Amino acid sequence: MPHIANIAVSIVFDGLAYAMFLFITSVGLSVTMGLMGFVNLAHGAFAMAGGYFVVSLTRSLGIDFVSSLVIASAAVGVISVPFERYLYRRLYKSTDLEQVLLTIGLAFMAIATFTYFYGPIPKSVPLPAWLQGDVNLGFRSFPSYRAFLIVLGAALISVLWYAFEQTNIGAKIRAAVDNRRMAASVGINVDRLFTLTFALGSALAALGGGLAIQLFGLTPSFAVLYLVLFLIVVAVGGLGSLKGTLLAALVIGIIDTGGKYAFPVAGNLFIYAITVVVLLIKPAGFYGRE
Amino acid sequence: MQILRPLAIAALAATIASAAEAQTVKVGVVVPFSGANADLGHQMDNAFDLYVKLHAQDIAPYKVELIKRDEGPPTGAVAKTVTTELITNDKVQIVTGYSFSPSAIALAPVLTQAKVPMLIANAGTAWITNLSPYIVRLSFSMWHPAFPMGAYAYNKIGCKTVAMAYTDFPPGKDSTEAFKTGFEKAGGKIVDSVPMGSPVQVPDFTPFFQKIKDEHPDCMYVFIPSGAHAAGVMKAYGELGMRKAGIKLIGPMDLVPDNKLQDMGDAAIGTIVMGHYARDLGNPQNKTFVAEWHKAYGADSYPDFMSAAAWDCMHAIFDTVKKLNGDFSDGAEVVTALKGWSTNGPRGHVMIDSGTRDVVEDEHAMEIYRKPDGKLGERVLDTVKAVKDECKELKIGRCGS
Amino acid sequence: MAANETTTRSPAAEAARARATEFLVRRHYFRLPEALPWLIAVACFFVFPDRMTFGSQVLIMIMFALSLDLILGCAGIVTLGHAAFFGLGAYTVALASMKLGWSEPISGIIAGGLAAGLVGAVVGWFILRYRGLTLLMLTIAFAATLQESGNLRSDITGGYDGLPGLSFNPLLGYFQYDLYGHTNYLYALAVLAVIFFFVRRIVYSPFGQALTGIRENIRRMHAVGSPVHARLVTVYAISAAIAGVAGGLFTQTNAFVTLTVFDFDASAKLMVMLILGGTGRLYGAFVGAFVYMVMEDKLSKLSPTFWQFGIGLLLIVAVLFARRGLAGLVEHAGRRVQKWVKR
Repeated sequence: MPHIANIAVSIVFDGLAYAMFLFITSVGLSVTMGLMGFVNLAHGAFAMAGGYFVVSLTRSLGIDFVSSLVIASAAVGVISVPFERYLYRRLYKSTDLEQVLLTIGLAFMAIATFTYFYGPIPKSVPLPAWLQGDVNLGFRSFPSYRAFLIVLGAALISVLWYAFEQTNIGAKIRAAVDNRRMAASVGINVDRLFTLTFALGSALAALGGGLAIQLFGLTPSFAVLYLVLFLIVVAVGGLGSLKGTLLAALVIGIIDTGGKYAFPVAGNLFIYAITVVVLLIKPAGFYGRE
Repeated sequence: MQILRPLAIAALAATIASAAEAQTVKVGVVVPFSGANADLGHQMDNAFDLYVKLHAQDIAPYKVELIKRDEGPPTGAVAKTVTTELITNDKVQIVTGYSFSPSAIALAPVLTQAKVPMLIANAGTAWITNLSPYIVRLSFSMWHPAFPMGAYAYNKIGCKTVAMAYTDFPPGKDSTEAFKTGFEKAGGKIVDSVPMGSPVQVPDFTPFFQKIKDEHPDCMYVFIPSGAHAAGVMKAYGELGMRKAGIKLIGPMDLVPDNKLQDMGDAAIGTIVMGHYARDLGNPQNKTFVAEWHKAYGADSYPDFMSAAAWDCMHAIFDTVKKLNGDFSDGAEVVTALKGWSTNGPRGHVMIDSGTRDVVEDEHAMEIYRKPDGKLGERVLDTVKAVKDECKELKIGRCGS
Repeated sequence: MAANETTTRSPAAEAARARATEFLVRRHYFRLPEALPWLIAVACFFVFPDRMTFGSQVLIMIMFALSLDLILGCAGIVTLGHAAFFGLGAYTVALASMKLGWSEPISGIIAGGLAAGLVGAVVGWFILRYRGLTLLMLTIAFAATLQESGNLRSDITGGYDGLPGLSFNPLLGYFQYDLYGHTNYLYALAVLAVIFFFVRRIVYSPFGQALTGIRENIRRMHAVGSPVHARLVTVYAISAAIAGVAGGLFTQTNAFVTLTVFDFDASAKLMVMLILGGTGRLYGAFVGAFVYMVMEDKLSKLSPTFWQFGIGLLLIVAVLFARRGLAGLVEHAGRRVQKWVKR
């Protein structure tokens, strides 16, 4: 392949894989923030929990990687329900600040708990053979794991899209995001909807956390280290919007990857520049509502 | 006379008691106990404790008392507060530890003012020892492994062109600058130097490595902080098929930390690093060291280069206690006693240079291979003996002041 | 205020107005319990002369927390990037000393404060049009951008290894800096007193009342024609300047600075300190910063894991049960005691 085209393909491919990770982990945060108006800074902690569960499932119980991902996500989704019901629910009417503080407190407790049980040393997961190495597509080869990320991401996006646009539940969620009072008054059980959405969002975060281990390694600081990144994706994409989160993830993923390739000295400046530019022009993000 | 005997005994006991008190040397130990770098602190702390436990009798009737404090985050501010208080309140006569360069850098004026020596067990910025005549280092500077690696890579590994990649903070910049100086001196050509983000977050290494892969150098020299970054590097290297593409992976020993080696899998095999310590080093002192470590801390716990340096630091302190008869009251004398000190320790032969107060140690070129029992190990290919800090030798930049 | 000329002149309204004015006037004057923190600070100097190095850092944190209370507690601006201004002040002092040989301490921190305040005014003008998540992200992005840019030009800033060997002239040309940090402590205390006096004047002034109005009900303030944006930018700039002074003091007392002053962690920790102490009642900054730093000093070495767990738990408990923080609890207790005494 000609050199420039090769570079472009590399950047797009790597950026896409990174974007899929960002999307999977952040979409839950976007929907819950848009739906419940609740600033949940413990989202990173749910992702981290998912990661650690995957580590335990694969290393201690010998379950294969993909099944562990499914089990861990489901587990975190279920575990998140009592948090929503008994803790978060009390603060739905509170100020942003109080929600920020409550969830930061939760994140700290989570970090301390996982440090206690797993220690501060970074963890890794054993991957099945078909996820290691690379896959040859003829014109060039690509790392298998990242190809897997892209395929998985695409599949999830389709499922979520269908669920949001075509199903009853999806319609109810969209209605509640648009106008909570109206939705409640037409008989939608908003409380149950919140719990369901929160559980789903946390499960997706856990999935993202499990997938992240191979990309970034897993330490107890994961909960806060990448939190700012998720918040950026959500803010830039717009709260409560599937489309927005996807677009933001793609933009950030590809521009950051391209930036690192072309101007590595700039470090993370590209991400922050995008954040500032987008928010100054469209404060509610790409598809957020004012 | 009956009464004189008990009085004499009492007097003798009192003298011995006060003499014993006067012969306890107070050592301040400052390592990170909290935060993301707590495991670094524990590696050093465990080594200090182990040495004291095993060798306390060697310096009888003198004693060493360790007073430990948390170095905090790498901002330098906490280390400065904590060390200043160790000196003014706890009246320590020497301080040791110091995982982070900013801590030592911040403390230089305090040490000079208080006339208290610092024996560095980790912090690696080359020009630290120039900042105060009371700073002595037994660990390493970034130049120790990196500079000889330059010549070794060109002459022995066959790297004619090298691309460098490093985490964008001072140790990364120092290490690559050191490698470049050594490599270009030997006749090699550096084709690229890629900064790879901040040390706090492990980045996605793929775009950086992809760029280097597209440049087709013979070898890639990578510096990252030990730990999570190392695993990420090896994964990216493997996934992109860089060894297959003919790009060898080289670097300082931070690239293959002992406690992450097993997880790295096949991608690590063939990596050549240069460092002053590896768990598998065959010298008798190291064998004893590792065995004692397992006995004290369990079969799953391993020492690393920080533990080895900390071990040697305590050894140096103990030898100085013997030399000065337990009297550390004159800081300048302690520094003079430390200058020229040498031993055969777990790292091999180490010495404190009398002129620069920095360490002189052997650097080993080591290759990762799969041992017969299936585990990954490091075997020593070659040893460069008595390596000094080239930065100060060549007086480059701040090292020259 | 021409408005009240045309409003009702009924006796009830007059009485209410008189009560409101008296309330403001009373708050304006210093009350006796307010002397307590200062007495404690001076007492510490004599009771704990060997912890003055730590003491100076606590005072600097109090100043930093005070600056945050001005915008968070008073005006209701939620920011997680205030370390940006701390860092700007810190580096102004450091670079002035290194590059320009400007080592006079007092003018140094004034310069630091001015530089940070200026940047605060410019940045505030842009970002204070927004609220909620948008504003939060913009503040985070600004601090992070400063840090990354500082790393880009680490040849100037010293990067994460910092700028070593900074030295400053003796205070007022006479007071030397000793190993025990006595001079630094009293210096920091004096600066804190000046700053606090200034902040107090602002908070208990009509300007401060307008800010409270903005915090409580921004729509109404817009409706009554209050220049909301201008007021917000002003208080943000003042707060940035104070943070800058704190940062400058940090550089001077440590004779050292690294890029970690811009850390997100630092901004988050500051907010935790302030919340623990209680927002909106300036002494909350004193209580919160003091308690947090002392506890961290004592507990984090014992078990860093438990320390972090404890802080998280404390935050949750504070939000659920003690929304006004420790200072609020003290006030509440004080009022209960007063009521009991009056019986």
